[in-house]
Amino acid sequence: MGMTFAQKVLARAAGLDSVVPGQIVAVKPDHLLTHDNTAAIIGKIGDDLGKHGVVRKDLSVIVLDHVAPAANEKTATGHAQVREFVAKHEIDNFYDVGVGVCHQVVVEKGHALPGKVLVGSDSHTCSYGAVNAFSTGVDRTEAAALMLVGETWFKVPPTIKITLTGELKPPVSAKDLILTIIGDISAGGATYQAVEFHGNVAPLSIEDRFTIANMGIEMGAKIAVFPFDEVTEAYLTSVGVDRSAYEPVWADSDAQYVRELTYDMGAIEPVVALPHKVDNVKPVGEVEGIEINQALLGTCTNGRLSDLRAAAKILDGKSVDSSVRLLVLPASREVLEEALADGTIKTLVAAGGVLLPTGCGPCLGAHQGVLAPGERCLSTANRNFKGRMGCKEAEIYLASPETVAASALKGKVTDPRKVA
Amino acid sequence: MRVWKYGDDINTDMLFPGKYTYTCSTAEEVKPHLLEDLDPEFAGKVQAGDIVMAGENFGCGSSREQPVLGLKAVGIAAVVAGSFARIFYRAAINQGLVLIEAPDAVAAYGDGDEVTLDVEAGTISVGGKEFTFPPLPPEILAIRDAGGLLNYARGKLEARG
Repeated sequence: MGMTFAQKVLARAAGLDSVVPGQIVAVKPDHLLTHDNTAAIIGKIGDDLGKHGVVRKDLSVIVLDHVAPAANEKTATGHAQVREFVAKHEIDNFYDVGVGVCHQVVVEKGHALPGKVLVGSDSHTCSYGAVNAFSTGVDRTEAAALMLVGETWFKVPPTIKITLTGELKPPVSAKDLILTIIGDISAGGATYQAVEFHGNVAPLSIEDRFTIANMGIEMGAKIAVFPFDEVTEAYLTSVGVDRSAYEPVWADSDAQYVRELTYDMGAIEPVVALPHKVDNVKPVGEVEGIEINQALLGTCTNGRLSDLRAAAKILDGKSVDSSVRLLVLPASREVLEEALADGTIKTLVAAGGVLLPTGCGPCLGAHQGVLAPGERCLSTANRNFKGRMGCKEAEIYLASPETVAASALKGKVTDPRKVA
Repeated sequence: MRVWKYGDDINTDMLFPGKYTYTCSTAEEVKPHLLEDLDPEFAGKVQAGDIVMAGENFGCGSSREQPVLGLKAVGIAAVVAGSFARIFYRAAINQGLVLIEAPDAVAAYGDGDEVTLDVEAGTISVGGKEFTFPPLPPEILAIRDAGGLLNYARGKLEARG
């Protein structure tokens, strides 16, 4: 019987010929991502590190991004502890404040590769399915144990197969597609399961795939993964990874699935996820006119060059409504440099945008754009949970960069097809 | 013993607000903020031996260990839910917090029902009706029996010499 992507990757990683869903396997991940929470992680194993050191210097990829630059003495101290650890244990892959959001950095620096296994102490680690990697989130304690022993367990997940047909019609984007899928599957509908994307994926750029895979966790998925193709290879080549550095994996044609769904991308419309759940998805037409106070363009979901450009195209030569604060949060320094070079940032700032340092910004409510009670934010991020942006009496709506830009322009939720 | 009953999709921001994630890491720092945006009464009134009961997809959202640390530290006997989000589930195993996936038991619960547990036997009684739940696989029990993942990992390191 054929195997799914998850079965094949986990079998290979565990040194077995085949595995079945439900089986528990021991795996040594290729990389472990940790971010600002590295400070808390190493705090759990101070004595052990002193005695044994880290298991591999090339295992960890550490990115300071969550509260970056530090917002107060406590977060600054955490960053300092991480830098000290990196120096002492000669960690190979460390990216300090300003390099970017961890998930963007992991992909952009070539750490996530086809067929590899990555885990991270962050739920959006599932993003690397965009480049055909098996990647998923774990907790801090597991990250600590991995630093010491380099091995963990996985339960082989059953898989949902999503076949894509047709093509997205701009200004409809990958964000509208994944929000639509999450609305259908529900916030817990893919829990403990893998999600594979099949069909007409060729028109989807790596950036589109990143947005989609990033939100896999919002339906509970362990991984959300795309096949390796020419788009993947061209992207990896562009970031300096040689084709000989990886071995892609894909599902057998006779693999078994727990559920199969098909989406015609040509029929997808702009949608918005309403508070306070990501699966509370409505067509933009049903929520048009709702006034907004803040618009957030960026994050690990939608802070790449194509996202910023899509928004700039809508805002070019115009100004956001006086009632709206438009926050611009590029996903990485590389994105920022490109967006500076091609005039995208100039356009966004001229339209009234406030440029934030690359990183997680206000997405998790720690700093840089926290909301006040009664305020409403339309955001390109991946979560609209109550209190997520620092205030439980505020509301977060999620949408595409196109819808966020169009709405910032009008001061209220707006269908981007009406202004594009 | 009190049962704290909540609905579906109880996410990590409800269990422990994200704004505290880089200022509160230890169980003692976490306790006052447990379930702050979901149930402001919880942190002040929860007692050792209480049970948290909820619907589907409990603990969805972030990789946020603090709610697990906090629930374990205040002495929650078990979280009983229809299903759990997977990162939360792993975090609970790693800390030794008992999670029980028992959708039938959750559906049977009515306000004021007495709930008793026998984790070893895999049974939960709700208002006098008994339900069973499957035991943890041996690989997972080994982590629990070692006293959590870090002790389990330390055992491996010692074995390697």
